[in-house]
Formats: sequence, C-alpha cells, structure tokens
Amino acid sequence: MVVGNPRRARALLTVRFVVLALGAFILMVPFLYMLSTSFKPNSVVLEIPPQLVPHHPTTANYTQAWTSNRFGRYFLNSLFVALATTALALLLSSMMAYAFARFRFPGRNVLFALLLIGLMVPAMMLLIPQFLLAKQLTLLNSLWGLIVFYTGGNLALNTFLLRAFFQDIPVELEEAMVVDGAGPWKRFWRLILPLSRPALAIVCIFTFLASWDEFTWALTTINDPSKYTLPIAIALFQGQHSTSWGLVFAASTIAIVPAIAIFVAFQRQFVSGLATGALKA
Amino acid sequence: MTASSSSTPGSLGRSAAALRPRRRTASRRRREVLSAYLFLAPGFVVFATIILYPIVRAFQISLYQWSLVPGTASKWLGLHNYGRAIHDPLFWRGLENAAFYMALTVPAQIVLGMAVAVLLDARIPGRGFFRAVYYVPVVTSWVVVSLLFRYLFITEGGFVNSELHLHVNWLGQRWTAMLVLGFLGIWKGIGWSMVIFLGALQSVPAELKEAAAVDGAKAWARFRAVSLPAMRPVIAFVTILLVIGGFNVFISVYLITQGGPLQETQVLLTYMYQEAFSYLDFGYGSALAFILTLIVFVLALVQLRLFRRPSEARA
Repeated sequence: MVVGNPRRARALLTVRFVVLALGAFILMVPFLYMLSTSFKPNSVVLEIPPQLVPHHPTTANYTQAWTSNRFGRYFLNSLFVALATTALALLLSSMMAYAFARFRFPGRNVLFALLLIGLMVPAMMLLIPQFLLAKQLTLLNSLWGLIVFYTGGNLALNTFLLRAFFQDIPVELEEAMVVDGAGPWKRFWRLILPLSRPALAIVCIFTFLASWDEFTWALTTINDPSKYTLPIAIALFQGQHSTSWGLVFAASTIAIVPAIAIFVAFQRQFVSGLATGALKA
Repeated sequence: MTASSSSTPGSLGRSAAALRPRRRTASRRRREVLSAYLFLAPGFVVFATIILYPIVRAFQISLYQWSLVPGTASKWLGLHNYGRAIHDPLFWRGLENAAFYMALTVPAQIVLGMAVAVLLDARIPGRGFFRAVYYVPVVTSWVVVSLLFRYLFITEGGFVNSELHLHVNWLGQRWTAMLVLGFLGIWKGIGWSMVIFLGALQSVPAELKEAAAVDGAKAWARFRAVSLPAMRPVIAFVTILLVIGGFNVFISVYLITQGGPLQETQVLLTYMYQEAFSYLDFGYGSALAFILTLIVFVLALVQLRLFRRPSEARA
C-alpha cells in the first residue's frame, strides 16, 4: 500500500477485497438461510435436499406469527421494557456520572470502587439472589420487574462510560455558568447533557439493545404468557412446536430487525463507543 | 526550537493557575457535598439493591440448604455445598466443557478478528459495509442465533449435513455438540474483536508503518515488528473479556443441547441453572455460581500478570 509499484498494490487490494467478500458471505449464510426458511410453508422446512430458495415463497408465517401467535403483543412488551429501561438507566447513570466527574465528597472513592465491582461480577452469579429479591419485592411476573432489574444491571457500565466523557468537558464552561448564578441541577441539564450527546447516544444504544435481547432474567421471572418478551416467547414457542421452523424464524426476523436497524443507523457511534470502552477500561 | 521551549513554561504556569481550586466558604462546600449526594442517591440506591446486596446474598445462600417455603428455616451447612461441588462429577464435566469451549473460541476469535481487522485497515472499497456485515452477528440476539444453529445442524434435512453431504449426528454426541456450540461462539464473536482490533490498528502511527516499509520489511514482518507490539494492551483486554465470556457461556447451551444428551454437554452455568431452577436447590446453585466467579477472577488476574510482564521488563 505504502510504497512499491502501483500495479502490485492494486492486485493486493483486489485480493483483500475478494477475501473480505468471501468471509462476509460465509458469515451471512446462516442469516440468509433463516430468512429463506421464514418464507417456506411448514411442510418443506426439513425437506431433503433443502430448498435454498423457497420454491413457493409465502408470507403466511409472518401473518400467523403476528396475529394468532401474539408476537405483536410480545413485540410491544419488548419495546416497552427496552424503552423504559433505557430512559431510566440513562437518567440515573448520567446523574451519578456527573457527581463522580465534578464533585469532591466524602466516600467518593469507595462508592466508585463499589461500582467497579458491580461491573466485574458476572450477571449469572446474581441470578439466584436477584430472583429471591424480586420475589420479596413482588416483582416476579411483571414487566416492571424486568425494567427495574435491567436498569440496575446497566447502571455501572453506563456511569463508567459517561463519567469519562463528562470529565473531558472543560471546567471553565461550568465556571462561567456558576458566575451567572446557575446551580448544579441547571448546569447538568443545560450544559453537561447537551454537550454529551454522542456519549449519551452510545449509552442509549447499548442499553436498549441489551434489554431488547435479554433472555435469562425474563425466562426465570416471567410465567404469564401475556407478559412474555420476544426472546423468551421465541424460545418457548420453539420448545412447544419443535418443527414449526418457518414460524420460529419469521418471529425471529421480526425480533432482530429493530436491533440491526439501530446498529446500522448508529454504526459510527457504536464503533467509537466500543473503542473508547476498550481503551479506557 | 527556542520559541517552543520558551512558550512551554508559560502555558504550563497558566494551566496550573486554572487548576488551582478557588477558595470556597464552608457553607458553599457543604452545599456542594449535599448536591453531589443528591445526584448520586437515586442511582446508587437502585445499584446497591439490585447488584451489591445480591452479591453479598449469593455467598450467604451458598452456605445453606436454602428453603423456598415461607416460614420454614433454611438449614445451615457451612461450606458443605462447596465440598459437594468438588466431589460432583457433573461439576467437573461442566468445568471441562467450559474449558473446551474457551480453548476453541478464544484463539479463533482473536486470530480471525485480527485477520479481518488487518484486511480492513486499508483504503478498500465498501469498508464501512464490510465492517457492518461482520458485526451483524454480534448485535443479533443469542436466542435467535442459537435456534438458528440448532436448525442448521439438524441431522436429517439440516443445512450443514445436506450441503456437505455428511450424516453426522451433531447434537446427539458430546464432542460434536460442543463443536457446534464453539462454531456459534466464533461466528458470533469475530465481529466484536475485529472492531476493537481495527480501532487499535488505526491508532498505530502511520509513520511507524511507513518507516518499516521503507526499510524494506515485508508485510508480515512489518505487522510483527510495528503493529503487534503497539496493540499488546488491546489484545490483552480482548483476551481477558473473551475468556470471561467463554466461561459464562449459557444461552446457546441452554437452547441448543439443554446440557444433553444425558448431561454430557453441561457447562457450569447450565448446570447451575438446572440445580437452582429445575431442582430448586438454591444453596448448591449459589455455591456453583460463586465458584465460577472465583475462577473467572483468578483467570483475569493471571492474564493481567502474563500480559503485563514483558512491557514492565522493557521499561
């Protein structure tokens, strides 16, 4: 690339391109096959040899999943839980991050260390005590139970990321507001949050996707079918109708489209978020 | 030269003055502390309730034969649940399977992720598109991809057997099933390590790469001499997180094999989940979870040591 004759450089670039394209195709094959299966009538989903492209494509799986199997309901449940979690976690963690970034107070280091411990402990370790806690708080079998526990689970990482961003905002800007008589709450809303839009976007996206995809906690605490979220609805549906693969993958496609759309729309924030997270952790 | 050296002390002095804290009255200081706590309180109360309290409880529960019936007392067992784990062949099998999964997925994700990152680290057409495509499996729900792989590896009429003209009972035997779980882990994870490696590669100064190229170093030698050492901390970070992730594998095993056939593909977490939520043995489940956490912590510390040593020796 850097030196050498241009023809050789061009040839190398072509090789790179072909290898990348091939790898990307292999990586996409499972998805393509899933998509293809979701348009097959159920009678042919396990036909030998498999139809790579359905001979008689049908959208029946999608309409059936959305209507008679109530995936529309599960979609709304998931959306409600993910949106509420994102809003709550964003508010609480940005407030905490502001306190850690800008104030000196007794116990600051201890509290921050506790937050880091929360960041390191695997979520699965807490499943049993959290289940007992949810039972005590009567938060089993409730969408609010999901929201409260998802929010708690996202706080440490969000606070950690936002604090790093807030610290890089010049203190002078805030001091100018202090001179004008602005209190901390006003500085937080009028200055810190508006200047932190990129970081807030990252936190929003990560939190939303994490709650949208969460499976284990929902599986463990939700029994009432009217309160299923998409991940557990899909898994339990597959468990009950082990051969209705077309229907399973129609529902799956419905579930992953929002996640992929969000990722594609915010790709740049995503990548930079991962990079800063990686370099600062 | 002279201009820059004379300006440096001046600018340093100015910024030092800006950093010096202003003198504040005691009441103002008190108000500041109060507002800090007010900003902190709502979030920290939630965090303490949902995360910190359960951490303490996890250990406490593991010391009991935990009773789920209200009003009945749990029986104190001391460390008995831990002793039970050490003598439990299923615990060791879970550990073995998790270790196998890790040994399969961690190196593959690092090598393949790095390879894709290196290929993408050039002015190549469709770069953003490729990066997105490789990342799509990462943002896709574990539930969906687990069911998908289960479908692909069905013995009769499954995609893999049909296309490769095989007749392997993938999910019906321990090691082939573990292999499928490993494939899924690698397939889903390449994009994540790739994005982090790509970010790190792009922050390696271009002058360094060019200098090595002028010296006539071949691409591979250049990569080893310049990029690889610069990326050491990032590789360490990725490795540690992948090892932790590997030991925490759960959803894919739960949905693809359920630990079967006959508990053969049980990993630590699926075994823990089964003990706790199928057999309602919360005490033993907590002990298993606690052991897993200890293993993960020790592994992370050991790796931090291993990765740090050479750079310290150099400094």
